[in-house]
Amino acid sequence: MMRFLLLFSRQGKLRLQKWFTPMTEREKKKIIRDMTSMVLSRQPRSCNFLHWKDLKIIYKRYASLYFCLAIENQENELLALEVIHRYVELLDKYFGNVCELDIIFNFEKAYFILDEFLMGGEIQETSKQMINRSIEASDMLQEDDSSEWYEVELFG
Amino acid sequence: MPAVSKGDGMRGLAVFISDIRNCKSKEAEIKRINKELANIRSKFKGDKALDGYSKKKYVCKLLFIFLLGHDIDFGHMEAVNLLSSNKYTEKQIGYLFISVLVNSNSELIRLINNAIKNDLSSRNPTFMCLALHCIANVGSREMAEAFASEIPRILVAGDTMDSVKQSAALCLLRLYKTSPDLVLMGEWTSRVVHLLNDQHMGVVTAAISLITCLSQKNPDEFKTCVSLAVSRLSRIVSSASTDLQDYTYYFVPAPWLSCKLLRLLQCYPPPEDGAVKGRLVECLETILNKAQEPPKSKKVQHSNAKNAILFEAISLIIHYDSEPNLLVRACNQLGQFLQHRETNLRYLALESMCTLASSEFSHEAVKTHIETVINALKTERDVSVRQRAADLLYAMCDRSNAKQIVAEMLSYLETADYSIREEMVLKVAILAEKYAVDYSWYVDTILNLIRIAGDYVSEEVWYRVIQIVINRDDVQGYAAKTVFEALQAPACHENMVKVGGYILGEFGNLIAGDPRSSPLVQFNLLHSKFHLCSVPTRALLLSAYIKFINLFPETKATIQEVLRCDSQIRNSDVELQQRAVEYLKLSSIASTDVLATVLEEMPPFPERESSILAKLKKKKGPGAVSVTELEDNKREGGELNGGGERGPDTSAMSTPSPSADLLGIRSAVPVGAAPASAGSLLVDVFSEAGPAAVSAAVNDDGFLRFVCKNNGVLFENQLLQIGIKSEYRQNLGRMYLFYGNKTSVQFASFTTTVSCPGELQLQLNVQTKPVEPLVEGGAQIQQVLNIECLTDFSEAPLLNIKFRYGGALQNLTLKLPVTINKFFQPTEMASQDFFQRWKQLSQPTQEAQKIFKASHGMDTEVLKAKLLGLGTALLDNVDPNPENYVCAGVIQTKGQQVGCLLRLEPNAQAQMYRLTLRCSKDSVSKRLCELLAEQF
Repeated sequence: MMRFLLLFSRQGKLRLQKWFTPMTEREKKKIIRDMTSMVLSRQPRSCNFLHWKDLKIIYKRYASLYFCLAIENQENELLALEVIHRYVELLDKYFGNVCELDIIFNFEKAYFILDEFLMGGEIQETSKQMINRSIEASDMLQEDDSSEWYEVELFG
Repeated sequence: MPAVSKGDGMRGLAVFISDIRNCKSKEAEIKRINKELANIRSKFKGDKALDGYSKKKYVCKLLFIFLLGHDIDFGHMEAVNLLSSNKYTEKQIGYLFISVLVNSNSELIRLINNAIKNDLSSRNPTFMCLALHCIANVGSREMAEAFASEIPRILVAGDTMDSVKQSAALCLLRLYKTSPDLVLMGEWTSRVVHLLNDQHMGVVTAAISLITCLSQKNPDEFKTCVSLAVSRLSRIVSSASTDLQDYTYYFVPAPWLSCKLLRLLQCYPPPEDGAVKGRLVECLETILNKAQEPPKSKKVQHSNAKNAILFEAISLIIHYDSEPNLLVRACNQLGQFLQHRETNLRYLALESMCTLASSEFSHEAVKTHIETVINALKTERDVSVRQRAADLLYAMCDRSNAKQIVAEMLSYLETADYSIREEMVLKVAILAEKYAVDYSWYVDTILNLIRIAGDYVSEEVWYRVIQIVINRDDVQGYAAKTVFEALQAPACHENMVKVGGYILGEFGNLIAGDPRSSPLVQFNLLHSKFHLCSVPTRALLLSAYIKFINLFPETKATIQEVLRCDSQIRNSDVELQQRAVEYLKLSSIASTDVLATVLEEMPPFPERESSILAKLKKKKGPGAVSVTELEDNKREGGELNGGGERGPDTSAMSTPSPSADLLGIRSAVPVGAAPASAGSLLVDVFSEAGPAAVSAAVNDDGFLRFVCKNNGVLFENQLLQIGIKSEYRQNLGRMYLFYGNKTSVQFASFTTTVSCPGELQLQLNVQTKPVEPLVEGGAQIQQVLNIECLTDFSEAPLLNIKFRYGGALQNLTLKLPVTINKFFQPTEMASQDFFQRWKQLSQPTQEAQKIFKASHGMDTEVLKAKLLGLGTALLDNVDPNPENYVCAGVIQTKGQQVGCLLRLEPNAQAQMYRLTLRCSKDSVSKRLCELLAEQF
C-alpha cells in the first residue's frame, strides 16, 4: 500500500499532505523534513526512487512542484510513478493547466480529487472519466445546494 | 489575488490564503493567523447562529491553518455539526476536517460515528462514499467496532452502487489492517472472491487489494481466487489496447489491475491445475513477448506502465522459481534494461536481478552480466543506482568470480559515498571470507579494507580476521609478514595497529628469522604507533608486548623498561596501569616455563556463525535479501569458518564472545599474578578449546543429518550432488558414495580422497579405490568405502573432492557421516535389567547429560523413528513415565564392546528435552550426547 503522499515546492514549502496510516503530528513533521531535504538534494537526471527506512520513496517533479509518494517495499515503483502522473492529470483536467497556485488556493479540492482516486493507501479508481464525473457531479451539487442527491445520477 | 478559486468559491478563504502568502515574515504570518483564529472563535461563540456556508468557510480556514503547521484547539464541534448537514459541500468539508484532524476525544468520536451511521444508511451513494472514506482515513478501533460488521454487507449487497462497492472494499481493507479481529469474513468470503469477476473494472481494481491482503492472512480460505485471477489476467493480457476504454492507460490495458493480479498470485504456489497453470504461463510469456515489441507510444507513461507489468511478472516468475525457461528469459530481459538509457529501468533491473541471482536456474545467467554491472558501479552518476549495482555484485558472487568482484568492490570503496561505506565493508569482508580458497588472499583483502576504509571497519571485521588467522596455521606466517609490512606506512589506521599488534604478539616469531623483521624491529615498529592510539588499543599493545617477552627473551629488558616508565606504570587510566604493573611483575618473577604456559599461543576459536553476517543482517539494508541467500548457499562448500549452529558452546570457557578481549589476557591477568597455582588451570581451559583448525574449512552441514539415517543426499550445490547409501554390521561398514554431475559440462581431474585426521587413523580404518578422473555432464559415478571400527572415536573422516569445471578448480571437503552409533547392536532388556545396569554405570564420568531446546516438532512417531535410526533398541514399559524414551545397545568395535543406555525426557510444555547417556566408556557417553543433542 501507499503510506503517504506529499506535494512540496522547490523551496521546500509543503502544499499537500496525505497520510494513509495514523501518525502523530511529531512523526509527520519529521517525515516532511526528511523527505524535502532528501528529495530536494537529488541531482537532476537521477533515478526517481529512493530507499528510506523500510519504505520506497518515489518522487517526480512537475514544474515547480515535487510529488513524493511513499510505498511499501513489495510495491511496484514504476506504477507508483504513474499514480503520481495520473493524479497530476486529474488535477490538470479539473483546474485546466494546473499550477501550484491552484493547489494552494483550492487545497480542499486537491484533497477531494485525491480521495476519488486513492483510498486507504490503495487505488480506488483509475479511470479519468469516472473520477472526473464524480468531481463534476459534486461541483454541480455545490452550485445548486438545494438540489437533491439523486441528481448525481444524471452524471453518473 | 489570482482568480483561481473554482467550484463554490469561498471568497473569504481565498482572501485569507492570499493574505498569508503576502506575509513577509514568519512573525507577520503568525500575527495574521492569530487574528483570524480570534475572529473565528468569536464567530463560533457568538450569539447569532451561523449559517451552513459560514460554518463551512470557517472550518475550512481552520483546516488551512492546521495544514500550515499550526495547532488548532477548537472547531471540532462545528466540523462534526457539518457532518449532519444535508448539503453535500458542507458535509464534505466536515468530513475532510475530521479526516485530517483525527481526535481521540471519545465523546466526539461517538458523535462522528453517529453521523457516519446516518450517512451509511442514507442509501445516498455520495454520502455513503464520504462516510466510508472517513472510516478509512481515521481507521480507529472505535470505528472498527462500530462498522466492521456493517461494511461487508454493503460490499456484497446486490443493489450497492459500483462506486460505493469500491469505497467499501478499501474501507474494509483498512479496518482489517488495524483491527483484524473485528473483521470476520466467514460467510462473505466466496462473494468477496467473486468480485474478481465483476464487470466493472474499478470494482475489481479496488476489491483485489482487499482480496490480496485477506489471502496473505488466510491463504486456504481464499485459494479459489487463483483460477479467477488467472482468467481475469489472461483476458486483460490478450485484449487489444482499446478494448478496455478508459482503463487503458497510454495504450497499456489496465496496468494497475494487471499488477495487482500478478501480485495476488504471488501469495500462492504455482497453480496445481494443469489448465490454469498453462494459461498463466501463456500470460507470462505474452508479457515477456510484449516487452520485445516496438512501443506504441514514445511517452514515458507508456513504457512505465508496460514495464511495471513486466517487472511484476518477473517477480511472479522468481516467486515460483520453477520454470527455468521463464527465469532465463526474465534474466535476459533485465540484462537489456541494464544498458537502457532510462536510469529508472537500470535501477530496477539491478534490483530485480539480485533476487534472480539466488535462483539456481538463473544464477549462471545473471553472472554473464558481470562486466555491465561492474561498469555500472564505476560509471553511474546516481549513488542509489551504484548501490544497487554493489548489491547485485554481492548477490552474484560465487567461487568463480569472487576475486574479481572483491577487487572491484574494494576499488569502489575508495570513492564510495560515506553513507554506504560501512555496509560495503561488511559485504567485502563476508565475500572474502566465504570464498577464500587461499587465505593469504583473505588476509590481503581485509588489510586492504582497513587501509582504504579503516574508519568503517567495525570491530566484527577485525575480530574475524584474527579468529581466522588463529585457526589456520597455514596463513599465520603470511599474516605476520603482511601486517609487519602494512605497519611500515607512516600513517596507518588504528584498526591496522590493533590487528598488527595482535598478530605479531601471537605469530611474530614466524618472521623473526629475517633480520629486517627481527624481534626488536617488530617491537619498535609497534611501539612507534603506541602514543597515537586510544586506550583500548594501547591496552592491546601492552598485551602484545608481554607476549613478545615470552616469544623473544632478548626483548625482555627493552620491554620491561617501557612497562616500567611512569607513563605506563602510573598511567591515569586504571586498565593501562594495571596491565603495566601486572605484566612487569609477571615478566620478572615467573619462570620461563610458567611464562610460556600463561602466554601460550591462543587456542583455535570455536566455529560459529560469522558475527559480520549477523551485523549485516541487523542492518537490514536493501541487501538483506542477498544475505539470506548467502546463508542458504552456505552448503556450497568450503565455508571458511562458519559451520554455524554447531559451535561447541557446551564448554562455556572455550567460547570467547566476539567482544571479549581477544588475547584472553584480561581474564587471565588476575590468575597470572599468582602464576604457580594458576598455570595448570589455564592449560586445562585451553586444551579443551574448540575443534582443531583442520576442520575449520570443512563443510559439515550434511553431517548431522545422517546420525539417525544411513541414506540420503550429503551435499548439493549448483554443480555437484553427493548421495550416500550405507550399511553396517558388527564393527564393519560399507558406504556407497554417488557423485552426480549436475551440469552439462564434463568434470575433469576428478579425484576424491578420504582421510582420517589425527588420532582417528588409529581408531577407524577406511579403504577405497580411486574413482574415474572424468565425470561427464549429467553422469553419476559411484565409489565404495569399506570401514572398520577399531576402537571408539569422536572425529569424522574427511572426504576431499577436487575437480576442474570449465577451467576452474573446485575444491571441497566434507565430513563423512561415519559416527560411533553406526556400530550399535540393539539390546532388548526388561525393565528390571535396565535399571540394574543403569545403577552399575553410576560413576559421574560415565554419564553425559544435556538439556536442550527442541529444534523440531516433538512428534512421538518421528522421535521413535529417530531413536531406532540411531541403532539402539527402543525399550517399551521400562520408564515409569510413559512420555520418556529409553534405549539400549552395544557398540561393537574391534577391540571392545561398549554398553550404552539412553534416556530421553521430553517436556512438551517447555519444548525442551533432557538427554542422559550412560556408557561403560566415558568418551562414548560424551560423544553420543553431543551427536544426539543436535537431532531432536
